[in-house]
Amino acid sequence: MPDVEPQPWILSPSPHIHEGSSVRGLMRDVLIALLPAVLAAALRHGFDAFRLILVCASSCVLAEMAARFLMRRSLAIGDLSALVTGLLLALNLPPLLPSWMAALGSFVAIIIAKQLFGGLGYNIFNPALAGRVFLLISFPVAMTTWALPDAVTTATPLSAWKTAWAAGAPPPAFGETWPLRDLFLGIRNGGLGSLGEISEAAILLGGLYLLARRVIDWEIPLFFIGTVAILSGIFHWIDPTRNLSPLYHLATGGLFLGAFFMATDLVTTPVTRTGQILFALGCGVLTFVIRRFGGYPEGVSFAILIMNGAAPLLDRYTVPRPYGHRRTSKP
Amino acid sequence: MKVLRAPFIVRGATHPAYHKEATAGRPIEPLPPPPILQVPMLQHLGAPSKPIVQKGDKVSVGQLIAEAGGPVSACAHSPVSGVVKAITEGISATGRPTPVIEIENDGQNTPANLLQSRPDWTSEQPSTLIGLVAAAGIVGMGGAGFPTHVKINPPPAKKIDTLIINGAECEPYLTADHRLMVEQPQTIWQGIRILRHILRGPRIRVAIEDNKPDAIRALTDAMKEADDEVAIVVLPTAYPMGAEKQLIYSILGREVPSGGLPSDVGALVENVATCAAVFDAVVHGRPLTHRVVTVSGSLVQRPANVLAPIGARFSDLIAFCGGLRATGGKLICGGPMMGVAHVDASTPVGKTVSGILALSRRELAFYETHPCIACGRCVRACPMALLPCTISIAVEAKQFDEAERLHVMDCIECGCCAYVCPAHRPMVQFMRQGKAQIQMVRRLKLQQQTSSPTALKP
Repeated sequence: MPDVEPQPWILSPSPHIHEGSSVRGLMRDVLIALLPAVLAAALRHGFDAFRLILVCASSCVLAEMAARFLMRRSLAIGDLSALVTGLLLALNLPPLLPSWMAALGSFVAIIIAKQLFGGLGYNIFNPALAGRVFLLISFPVAMTTWALPDAVTTATPLSAWKTAWAAGAPPPAFGETWPLRDLFLGIRNGGLGSLGEISEAAILLGGLYLLARRVIDWEIPLFFIGTVAILSGIFHWIDPTRNLSPLYHLATGGLFLGAFFMATDLVTTPVTRTGQILFALGCGVLTFVIRRFGGYPEGVSFAILIMNGAAPLLDRYTVPRPYGHRRTSKP
Repeated sequence: MKVLRAPFIVRGATHPAYHKEATAGRPIEPLPPPPILQVPMLQHLGAPSKPIVQKGDKVSVGQLIAEAGGPVSACAHSPVSGVVKAITEGISATGRPTPVIEIENDGQNTPANLLQSRPDWTSEQPSTLIGLVAAAGIVGMGGAGFPTHVKINPPPAKKIDTLIINGAECEPYLTADHRLMVEQPQTIWQGIRILRHILRGPRIRVAIEDNKPDAIRALTDAMKEADDEVAIVVLPTAYPMGAEKQLIYSILGREVPSGGLPSDVGALVENVATCAAVFDAVVHGRPLTHRVVTVSGSLVQRPANVLAPIGARFSDLIAFCGGLRATGGKLICGGPMMGVAHVDASTPVGKTVSGILALSRRELAFYETHPCIACGRCVRACPMALLPCTISIAVEAKQFDEAERLHVMDCIECGCCAYVCPAHRPMVQFMRQGKAQIQMVRRLKLQQQTSSPTALKP
């Protein structure tokens, strides 16, 4: 009788295998997907881009370690989520923002929006967006001062349109100052806005990477962007003199960054498919309403944060019908 | 006979690495009966079998050694001739303690009298044939081990219109059913015909995943004379396509009601190996004493498909396959998604053991658990359309009412949620914990309801 087991076998329940994904792996993919946007920002703004990214990333990681140390929890920065938050926050900031403001926003994002709720997985609001909106409300001038690479401040298509609309003036003609192609690629006069809003093409590239790697699903970006496109299309069709073309809605501002990187945040969005679609529709509607009727020229951050708050409810009301059950169960 | 594609798409599911190439091309090899066998009394769902032999009794090949222990149970036969050495405690394939009949093989292969058989079964009453199936100790060989004579005898009110033959074999590594379909398609087909006769002529759907083209070809060939109510259904390769509820849905588009049985929707599912066993029993009078077992995993020297006598120990099969390259890792009975890890290779093979895997640490998953990040991947993967993440959080917080409201009782424990969870949460354990707790509360309530009226009386 050959002895085939000199060493004990490991005893643990099924399943015994795993696909190999991990939180760290997902976060690493998000970091990789942000590289094109980082590159676009760096090409556009050079030192300022690196400055903000470095400040936000290091502040976020430090804040995470400090918060977890004070709460006597394991120093869980190995999951890279603080780094992702830092990078996303930096991409949500205007290039000339002072470093101390960026650091303050990072602390708010990590400590208040994330760790006080219990850390990754328990936070209700997207930390990077919470940090950005905190800064936007606290430092409205610094947060809406947009610069071209030569540090000349300028309007963005959305803010120019909003100013004109508020003054009752006819909307500015964009075609010459801001050709759509330049806005989409983020070149010449079109490279405007926060660091991550410069090139929609770069964001799209990263978004496609996330889709290909199955880090995100297609529903949220498609329904978010689609809703904004359809709503702005309808308004533009009704009255083109008073409503911005849907192409400008897509090619400028934070819509792509929000739709591919912020509204797809795993933690703060619904888990059911229907919930995710409703979430994206809500984001789209709110973005458009704020852009068209609100006081701010841009509404993506507010829209996503409001819908973050609604995510648990969306989950509760979109529980799928389990196999073998009739559709009767109440939430 | 027709060949169809599965008409309905099963929700969720995963695509684990299949690792079937190690044994898919290897013909079934009979294991020489080892000197000692331990026939477990618990190798099916229901009551354990009751030994009818005693220590010191001489037994012969195919002799009845244990009878059914209740209406839902099965009898057992000796796969060898020899002497009963002891009736003792052992471990069942599912890791539970069970009585075992230990037989010392005398190597003589003295045959017992064959069981009754009906080679001309076409003119027999279904009840006669069901009796033969029961006498042969046949149980569902796909894994659950429901006694076949009970399953093929549904209450008359439940009309079975479709008999589904399960050749999906969706668990990674396993190729036992695959090889059986390739090598013995006629046996399987004749078994299917007998079952069809017993069930009074339902349609036949033989379901095979499209990663087994040679099995599809072999059965198509064996069944080519069959009528138009017989079809081979080619399933997309996905896990868990072979789970009973998912299989019924993909072929019929019907959902077995929660807490119900396939017969509630007019379906009955039998595994291909069970069909072959039915043929052997009815036509040849041979009891179920052997089965095909895939021995695989990177720790096994020479992975193979082995025709093993029931009662041979895992270590016998592993030794037959050249022993182990190394130790450590896990010894798994069944597949890596739903199989049971064993600490001891002296566990005997039972009628439901489709595979014995010795997996190295590299093939396995060992992780630290992270809090749920609410990514929803488990929700998309769940073939039962549950919310595993939400249920797991409820169970973790001991909110069992919430878990019950979220239908944790419908979980089939397929493991898809845990397989895809990037936070590496032990999802299936949470599900099992929730189910066990809810069942316990239900039992307590039932006891209170039945005992309280008298207990409250002064």
